[in-house]
Amino acid sequence: MAIKEVSIGDISARGAAAEQEFQGEHLVVNMGPSHPATHGVLRLKLELDGETVTKCEPVVGYLHRGDEKIAENMTYNQFVPYTDRLDYLGPIHNNVTFAMAVEKLAGLEVPPRCQAIRLLCCELARVQSHLLGVGVYAMDCGSITAFMYTFTEREKIYSLLEQLCGARFTTSYTRIGGLQRDIPDGWLGNVRKVVDEMEPVLDELDALITRNRIFYDRTVGLGVISKEDAIAYGLTGPNLRGSGVALDLRKDDPYLGYENYEFDVPIGSTGDCYDRWLVRMVELRESLKIIKQVIDSMPDGPWYAEEAKKIFAPRKDKVMTSMEELIQNFMIVTEGPQIPEGEVYFEAENPKGLLGFYIVSKGGGVPYRMKIRSPSFCNLSILPKLVPGHMVADIPVILGSFDFVMGECDR
Amino acid sequence: MDFILENPLILALIKSLLVVGVVMGMAAYAVLAERKVCGWIQGRPGPNRTKLPLLGDLPIIGPFLTRLGIFQPMADGLKFLVKEEPTPGHVKRFYYVLAPIVSFIPAMTTMTVLPFGLWKTADGVQPLVLANIDIGILFILAVSSLGVYGIILAGWASNSKYPFLGGIRASAQMISYELAMGLSLLPVFMWFAPETGGSLNLFNIVQAQGNHYWNVIPQWTVFFQPLGALIFLVSLFAETNRAPFDMPESETDLVAGFNTEYGAFKFGLFFLGEYTHIIIGSGVFVALFLGGWNLPWIGLPAGILGAVLSVLVFLVKTCALIFLFIWVRWTLPRFRYDQVMNLGWKKLLPLAVANFVLYLILIALIES
Repeated sequence: MAIKEVSIGDISARGAAAEQEFQGEHLVVNMGPSHPATHGVLRLKLELDGETVTKCEPVVGYLHRGDEKIAENMTYNQFVPYTDRLDYLGPIHNNVTFAMAVEKLAGLEVPPRCQAIRLLCCELARVQSHLLGVGVYAMDCGSITAFMYTFTEREKIYSLLEQLCGARFTTSYTRIGGLQRDIPDGWLGNVRKVVDEMEPVLDELDALITRNRIFYDRTVGLGVISKEDAIAYGLTGPNLRGSGVALDLRKDDPYLGYENYEFDVPIGSTGDCYDRWLVRMVELRESLKIIKQVIDSMPDGPWYAEEAKKIFAPRKDKVMTSMEELIQNFMIVTEGPQIPEGEVYFEAENPKGLLGFYIVSKGGGVPYRMKIRSPSFCNLSILPKLVPGHMVADIPVILGSFDFVMGECDR
Repeated sequence: MDFILENPLILALIKSLLVVGVVMGMAAYAVLAERKVCGWIQGRPGPNRTKLPLLGDLPIIGPFLTRLGIFQPMADGLKFLVKEEPTPGHVKRFYYVLAPIVSFIPAMTTMTVLPFGLWKTADGVQPLVLANIDIGILFILAVSSLGVYGIILAGWASNSKYPFLGGIRASAQMISYELAMGLSLLPVFMWFAPETGGSLNLFNIVQAQGNHYWNVIPQWTVFFQPLGALIFLVSLFAETNRAPFDMPESETDLVAGFNTEYGAFKFGLFFLGEYTHIIIGSGVFVALFLGGWNLPWIGLPAGILGAVLSVLVFLVKTCALIFLFIWVRWTLPRFRYDQVMNLGWKKLLPLAVANFVLYLILIALIES
């Protein structure tokens, strides 16, 4: 076998050629796809004039798996594990959003207990995601200790999820029409303990970072997004609220019974990086408030839609004893939950922003077409407008304040 | 035996080997302290697994030392030595190899004039120092600022974009803080001019701090020149590239800054140089502002016991300062490059000038 020699050429000559392409003296730097500040595989093509960025071009797609196409080849329940891999920092919320989208298509209402459990999971996911978000943000500003503090708390939520569904990271907890299983005995008490332990840590984080002069100087007035821009670029979630737009689907279009709980929606005033930090810190506390209310008012009753015999597979104990349930289980496992023909768009307030599923069904257990609206993708679209004019050292701060996940952005 | 001790050359050799050995050992264990203290600050145990075959097998002491990570620096050092040393194809090879050496040598050289103790004998006091030269502090300032060349050279010779940016940042930053640093030291030497005869010798400065005002307040510089001490300390952080001033290697935006393209022992030299710099810098601060080996109200005994005690006191003070370095690094976020420049030129330098003028007037008033 002949060995073919491949020359990569003189790197400095290639660098010079690239410089020519971008006119004159500007330095072209690749930030990513493998770089400590880009949280995953975001690649930024930067053009630098000294330390100032003159042009920024985000390149996405390094983590593209074709989730939307994959969805066309499997039943609805089989796709639930794929939703874990969207925003993998708060996976259980994706499970819930997906299940709710399909249930909306089927016109199915889940019982109150199921809703309450799902809501609790959603808020746990929000806390989990925001804890990592603020921790990494602080780390991007150079304070590694804050990251360790938040991750210690996040670790406790992992343990809660492990007690709940057996998996720490990729939960796959929901099923269409219900859940994987009911909450275990004493679990709510554990949640309350974790929540109570978390509040002092948030205060500590405030003292360490929020009121830190260096952090303040680095983030105030940086990466300002105006209200109009935020809306025009389709920003959602804390990034949108940081710019002063009070859009929160939990309030504006309540699902899962969010209207029954007392909580506030924080909004920023200037839309800079510091505002986005504050919004996340306040949202953390609000989420803890919601979790406590859910624990206190957890309803009893069935935790899956019992009447939806063609959608939710029956419990194992019934499968082993009753003929009818055995057939039902067999049908749902092999053919998938039977969803009627139609199309639906459903979005929910994910930790990162609005996660939407557009599903077209031709009947049967497999979606005909699915489109995912991922908040991180839309949020990142503002980078080419936002980054130029800032310094290189500001880029990690801006990226950190956006709190994006490439698994969701690239899908 | 007498021949060896009376031969000044051999004596100097033994002394230098001893001092280099101690400082290198301290540098290695400063890395351990960094990792361990960082771990404690972050609620982790830190390095606690490395075990030495014989010593680690002792019944109670072995596990205790292992848990403390005492053997970790040996493993770290050995790793630097035995790793493969790849040289990327695009570097300027000669300067690329030269850079770590250039940054390491000044760090090692400054320790020669740093007095770390004293030996009281019947016929007077003998400073414990490798070279007791009169221009002491000038020598330290001059040589330690040479260290920046190593970093610039590394950034340039790597022929790569991130190291290049790191090198530029390093040069600008270190030059900016040198001015404030030098100016903050002037009042110290002016203040002690009556005692030292206007000498720049560090030993004389430390000895002058052994006295007490009205027999109560120790004459440590930090007590009556707190602003100067603060400016010097901040400049020291900037000079040694420590967080929150670690612009040249801020890993969030420049990956690893000037040493991105370095590996194995060449990186080890940078690493060791940085920690040596911190140790020597802390030593200089202790000597100039914290009274060196002087204890408040207690005089050191004469003879060998006094000598050992003085070195111990000096080391304890230095270690406390190294702890401060580590503490600050794992608490504060990092400045931005232009903020570092602003702080240096617009805040510290005017402050240092004001401090200088203030003490100029004060000293003139006291003398008249």
